[in-house]
Amino acid sequence: MAPALLTVENLNKSFGGIAATDHVDLIVEAGEIHAVIGPNGAGKTTLVAQLSGELRPDGGEIKFVGQNITPLAAHARAHLGIARTFQITNLMLDMTVRDNVALAVQAYAGHSFRFWADARCEERLVEPAMAALARVGLADRAGSIARAMSHGEHRQLEIAIALATEPRLLLLDEPMAGMGVEEAQSMVAFLDGLKGEKTMLLVEHDMDAVFALADRITVLVHGKVIASGAPDEIRGDAAVRRAYLGDEGPLSNEESG
Amino acid sequence: MDRITAFSPRGWSMTVALSLLALLPIYVAVTGQTFYLDLASRLMILGMAAVSLNLILGNGGMISFGHAAYLGIGAYCVGIPAYYGIYDGLIQIPLAVACSALFALVTGAICLRTKGVYFIMITMAFTQMVFYGFVSMEEFGGDDGLVIDLRSQFAGLLDIEGATGLYYFILISLLAVLFLVYRITRSRFGMVIEGARANERRMQAIGYDTYRYRLVCYVIAGAICGYAGALLGNFTHFISPEMMDWTASGELIFMVVLGGTGTLFGPVLGAAAFVLLEEWLSTITIYWQFLFGALLIAVVLFWRGGINGFVDWAADQIPGRIITRTRDWIRRAPWRQRS
Ligand SMILES: Nc1ncnc2c1ncn2[C@@H]1O[C@H](COP(=O)(O)OP(=O)(O)O)[C@@H](O)[C@H]1O
Ligand SMILES: [Mg+2]
Repeated sequence: MAPALLTVENLNKSFGGIAATDHVDLIVEAGEIHAVIGPNGAGKTTLVAQLSGELRPDGGEIKFVGQNITPLAAHARAHLGIARTFQITNLMLDMTVRDNVALAVQAYAGHSFRFWADARCEERLVEPAMAALARVGLADRAGSIARAMSHGEHRQLEIAIALATEPRLLLLDEPMAGMGVEEAQSMVAFLDGLKGEKTMLLVEHDMDAVFALADRITVLVHGKVIASGAPDEIRGDAAVRRAYLGDEGPLSNEESG
Repeated sequence: MDRITAFSPRGWSMTVALSLLALLPIYVAVTGQTFYLDLASRLMILGMAAVSLNLILGNGGMISFGHAAYLGIGAYCVGIPAYYGIYDGLIQIPLAVACSALFALVTGAICLRTKGVYFIMITMAFTQMVFYGFVSMEEFGGDDGLVIDLRSQFAGLLDIEGATGLYYFILISLLAVLFLVYRITRSRFGMVIEGARANERRMQAIGYDTYRYRLVCYVIAGAICGYAGALLGNFTHFISPEMMDWTASGELIFMVVLGGTGTLFGPVLGAAAFVLLEEWLSTITIYWQFLFGALLIAVVLFWRGGINGFVDWAADQIPGRIITRTRDWIRRAPWRQRS
């Protein structure tokens, strides 16, 4: 059998006394949307940071297409095809929208030790950047300074940057965070459109979005995986209800309604 | 950095300034006031040094408090060979550039592992080490420095022994450095440097090993400043550790901020303002440095764009309007009205 796209084995990370990642195992198969849910402070962002290489785990192993990538730095993992978006918007705010995306393209279009030719005139960079922007609906904002855009547009730009690197695995950390209802809905529709084309690990708070999109769901509480399976299994899981969803949670509403 | 075109305010105001600089020796020849030639030579050399510092500080966001080290290294690479009777500029100048680049590579590899205030302190510490290193070299004058009896020679092809020859050599060097930096900042490499300043973490997530790019940028800036240092040694006919005193590094930062951080011409304007103000203020009061400080505070608080921003604004306001008005008038001119 071919190895899974991403395999996480026995991952551990603690901050002081707090185990933010506690013996986590996780498998993401190519082509699926794998959602990671859990209450605030469950360790979702910490997990994403370890997968993307920004944070070193205390122990455990991360494999990408069978290769152990645990010792690799963030930029090296990006080159293997892992892209991430940030829960808290993380952009080159002083640069234009186009430059933000063009830099992502540039990281994969040959080397960047080129000192003479004008990068903004390189079709090889500008065209894919504009295509990625068009895809998320930001083409008409290409010339704006990123700082001047709305929060919702920042979230879209995060996605455009990640897509421009043509990743094999997208790590999305709460892509709908702070969005209005309509914006969130169009983001869900957009991610749904990406389904099948890109493998995604989706960290999300919005249960409706998760159950609409995910092929598999992993539930994290206090850094531990308490359940993992298809959406229906998670819905019916007693431990999940007790530990996380609670009686007033959105799932019980859905079932009673 | 914006694209520069001939008719942008920046483009033509700088064309005017550079033309004036090119014509200055004629004025000096007529009036005999060689003092102005010296002043302009010094400001252009310091301008080059400030341009190179701006590449790491303004474009790269790496606040080096030790950039004067390269002025010193460059100058000593002229002075020490001259002391041993080697006056060949084709040896001295490449030596200055190479030694500066090497020093930048070795120290940068360490400094760039740190961030923020640690980076500032460690760059300063390395420069202090070089400073004391040269102070302790009695052979080359130690504390007192060393007189260079002859300027660099270029196998008779080029003569910079006279003030005018050196002046044009400096002017052409400045233009070349500006053009080089302009190209670099707009290149792929420049974009990465810019991106790493704007958000290093994001750049790493995208896939850049930002450390490597920053290190190369640090080396380029050091090499350019070493070149400026070689010119400085030639200009002053003298080298001393004082050239790389920590206050000299501070003055370079002052020039960059005063002129306009992250802009192409800003550092040159800042150096010009620095040299001219120093000259002028020091004739008025011995407390001129106090006034300098006040000026810097005013620029940081009220005019972030520095002098460069001000020149852009003024060039846009006054002659810019005259140009548009004239153009509109010509369009409406009677001889163009055909019925
Ligand atoms: N850099 C850090 N230093 C110390 N504690 C941290 C750090 N990052 C996260 N934590 C702690 O780890 C736990 C998990 O945080 P996080 O991964 O951000 O959760 P989530 O994204 O699921 O809301 C929390 O208790 C948080 O306070
Ligand atoms: Mg989080």
